[in-house]
Amino acid sequence: MADLQAREPLIFELSRPGRGAVTQYPPRVAGSADIPAHLRRAASPALPEVSELQVVRHFTRLSQMNFSIDTHFYPLGSCTMKYNPKACNTFAMLPEFLGRHPLGPEPQGFMACMYELQEMLQEITGMQAVSLTPMAGAQGEFAGVAMIRAYHRAHNDLGRTEIIVPQAAHGTNPATAAMCGCTVKEIPCDANGDVDVDALKAAVGPATAGIMLTNPSTLGVFEHKITEVARIVHEAGGLLYYDGANLNAILGKVRPGDMGFDVIHMNLHKTFSTPHGGGGPGSGAVGVGARLRPFLPLPIVGKEGARFRWLTERDLPQSIGRLSGFMGNAGVNLRAYVYMRLLGREGMVRVAEFAALNANYLMKRLQAAGFEAAYPTRRASHEFIITLKRENKLYQITAMDVAKRLLDYGFHAPTTYFPLLVPECLLIEPTETETKEELDHFCDAMIAIRREMEQEPEKLSSAPHTMPVRRLDDVRAAKQLDLAWKPAA
Amino acid sequence: MAFIPHTPDDIARMLAAIGVQSIDDLFDEIPRELRAGTLGVPTALGEMELGRLMTERAAGDGRPLNFIGAGAYEHHIPAPVWAITTRGEFYSAYTPYQAEASQGTLQLIYEYQSMMCALTGMEVSNASLYDGASALAEACLMAVRANRAANSRRILVPRTVNPTYAQVAQSIAGNQGIVFEPVDFDRAAGRTLLAALEPYSGQDITALVVQQPNFFGCLEEVDRLTDWAHRNNILVIAVVNPISLALLKAPGEWGAPQAGIHGADIVCGEGQPLGVPLSAGGPYFGFMTTRMQYVRQMPGRIVGRTVDVDGRPGFSLTLQAREQHIRRSKATSNICTNQGLLVTAATIYMSLLGAAGLERVAAASMQRTADLTAALSRIAGIRPAFSAPRFHESVLILDRPVAPVLGALSRRGIFGGLDLTDRYPELGNALLICATETKMAADIDAYAGALADIMNPSRAAA
Repeated sequence: MADLQAREPLIFELSRPGRGAVTQYPPRVAGSADIPAHLRRAASPALPEVSELQVVRHFTRLSQMNFSIDTHFYPLGSCTMKYNPKACNTFAMLPEFLGRHPLGPEPQGFMACMYELQEMLQEITGMQAVSLTPMAGAQGEFAGVAMIRAYHRAHNDLGRTEIIVPQAAHGTNPATAAMCGCTVKEIPCDANGDVDVDALKAAVGPATAGIMLTNPSTLGVFEHKITEVARIVHEAGGLLYYDGANLNAILGKVRPGDMGFDVIHMNLHKTFSTPHGGGGPGSGAVGVGARLRPFLPLPIVGKEGARFRWLTERDLPQSIGRLSGFMGNAGVNLRAYVYMRLLGREGMVRVAEFAALNANYLMKRLQAAGFEAAYPTRRASHEFIITLKRENKLYQITAMDVAKRLLDYGFHAPTTYFPLLVPECLLIEPTETETKEELDHFCDAMIAIRREMEQEPEKLSSAPHTMPVRRLDDVRAAKQLDLAWKPAA
Repeated sequence: MAFIPHTPDDIARMLAAIGVQSIDDLFDEIPRELRAGTLGVPTALGEMELGRLMTERAAGDGRPLNFIGAGAYEHHIPAPVWAITTRGEFYSAYTPYQAEASQGTLQLIYEYQSMMCALTGMEVSNASLYDGASALAEACLMAVRANRAANSRRILVPRTVNPTYAQVAQSIAGNQGIVFEPVDFDRAAGRTLLAALEPYSGQDITALVVQQPNFFGCLEEVDRLTDWAHRNNILVIAVVNPISLALLKAPGEWGAPQAGIHGADIVCGEGQPLGVPLSAGGPYFGFMTTRMQYVRQMPGRIVGRTVDVDGRPGFSLTLQAREQHIRRSKATSNICTNQGLLVTAATIYMSLLGAAGLERVAAASMQRTADLTAALSRIAGIRPAFSAPRFHESVLILDRPVAPVLGALSRRGIFGGLDLTDRYPELGNALLICATETKMAADIDAYAGALADIMNPSRAAA
């Protein structure tokens, strides 16, 4: 069972006037006398007044109310919750890296790491050039689609504003297309989870800017007809965008550049194991083929002789521009660099192999235990989908119920209700860093939950029972908005 | 093999359970002709060997004495901040979708939202955006949705706003037909020229961006700018430094109340000063707060306090109908992953410093910059550029090109500031400097001594 910290008051409730962590204050100086009265703050902000120990204890206790990779198996599909090696953090937090101002002279040691990271990502994806600037997957997607638009504009092909997105796509794909000022055309998938080629043929035309595709798809399967899809879109004058959020299953096995893609974004916080941090920071590096190279977002690390330097608008006048105030999530990129050097060439291929081994093993075991795979005739990639539509009919049990009950058994829930087109689904991604024993324990829990479904379904519908809270009232949360603590008037 | 725990026996039993002969069989759906050959990346290093390489590279970059600000600021970071932030339970958790197993992160974000509302004087905050520059881009997109009185998608961006922010806003929001128009500044004072706004009075404008303190470190006349904008049905987007808000008027108080409108409409900025290391430019975090009436137009994740089925208080992500996984192409933004870990650091930082500590940090930074400006202005060939009151940055004008001077300082281990020549050619040889509370009197003396020596070598020798 999970054993989390049960409850912790708000930090504001611990506050007492006149208390403070004074060791952390700089010496008192006059300093602020020059501020004119009309620009000065009238009353101090209502921040907590607490001691250093209170702060340490409060936030340590809050941390103990979380599941995390370091404490629990976290088979969250599409999120690649693999071990985040401690070395990545330790080396990225060396004081010289941490203390470096981004606008100072170009730091050669740091930039050597970034340059090599660009080169490695280029090689892994089969692309011609890489920019590390985008700060998360969604920004990488933005950069990709913005480059596609810039490419068509540069060719005076102004009518190409339509982005084709398969139904199974992640929600960021259509949202990104809209942010780039494009319209979205959704096309269906066939019964095997592949893109419906006839629908694609009917969808492409002179308005096609490009297609956004994930492969292996969010359905957890490799797109069989990828070469044909690429040909159809290219012949129609569109470009191919590869959503490389999750490369775990193809590392060293197949390269998007070789599949014909023009642009890819990679979530370094998934495949390359930088931490998820409870919701970021991520890093969404983009790679491009020759056609889109002039449009890459800035800055990029360039090399002249033995010296590294930041490439700017002078080097890439057609760039889509800057997406961050400085150089993206530099410290995240540094962690990804450390991870990749620890893995090396041989380790990267093993990532794909063992991610696939764990996923296929877990899928087979769950099938043997009576669970239904959404695509039983297909190989799992790094993840797979279980559908509970049968259990839903028989026992009125939902995917959410199973997810919540798993928490009681000490496992983070898989992704639920995504992709949207599979009813009552659990998207399960074990990753390569889990042992066979851990997978077996998870199966044991699923088998036990299956027994509960049949014998005492209320145990599921009222789960979780052992967490700091039970199911929350989301309707109330959205209707009676309480988004900030306020001091008593 | 790195981080893979499988024994030969495990592999054999797992393959047997799957019913395949080899791991390679698991990839039989990938067409043969697409299979990759051996990757051209280096072979693996052990942690010890790589540690040596990283330590050498870091050492080569050194630890210069830094006087650059320009949007990223060197402040003291209390030891508890990163000791707790890097706890695995925060560091290696995902976005808190499973609320019951993520109450720690969710409560922390709620506390963060509360603190940001208190600092900025607004009613609601999101859980963060990527950084200050992209937060401004999102604020501009939000203003278009929020300002129902305007149809033009024209946004006024004074030239005293960080020029990189303006570039990023253009890159991100430009694709949606938003037009950014620059507004000139007062060459003597160093703040936005109110007269330059007059031609826009009565026009259809979506928003005015006001950065306080502005890129030059000068204080803008925020009340007058806000009142002008609101008189013309223009929303005010405030870009602020959170540390400065310990002393400066909260954006929620800007301007005179009129027709129920008071203060800036959207507040955003760079959260890095709140406990986040410089780290060569990132990861930082962007913050955004607004009034309740605009909450549904705000991008990014938001945490709400509610109750569970037993009536116990708890926290969950709320108002998700704004977001991409529900609304897809109609979402307020495509953002999902944001900068959660940096928000964790900032929340711990603000808890440790409190209002009293932040006031001291802000006042000490102001004082150090005033001291530095005075010390450097005593050197022949250097004068301050602007007369407006400053926060913790200032612009100096040199009698010669800035770049060689900065180069000479850098060779002495001093990062002397940011050369503004390319960004503001009309200012001549302009240098933007910054000193925070981390700079002691001896540091300022060291900088002044080195600069005097570089500017006037014969005099220094004599």
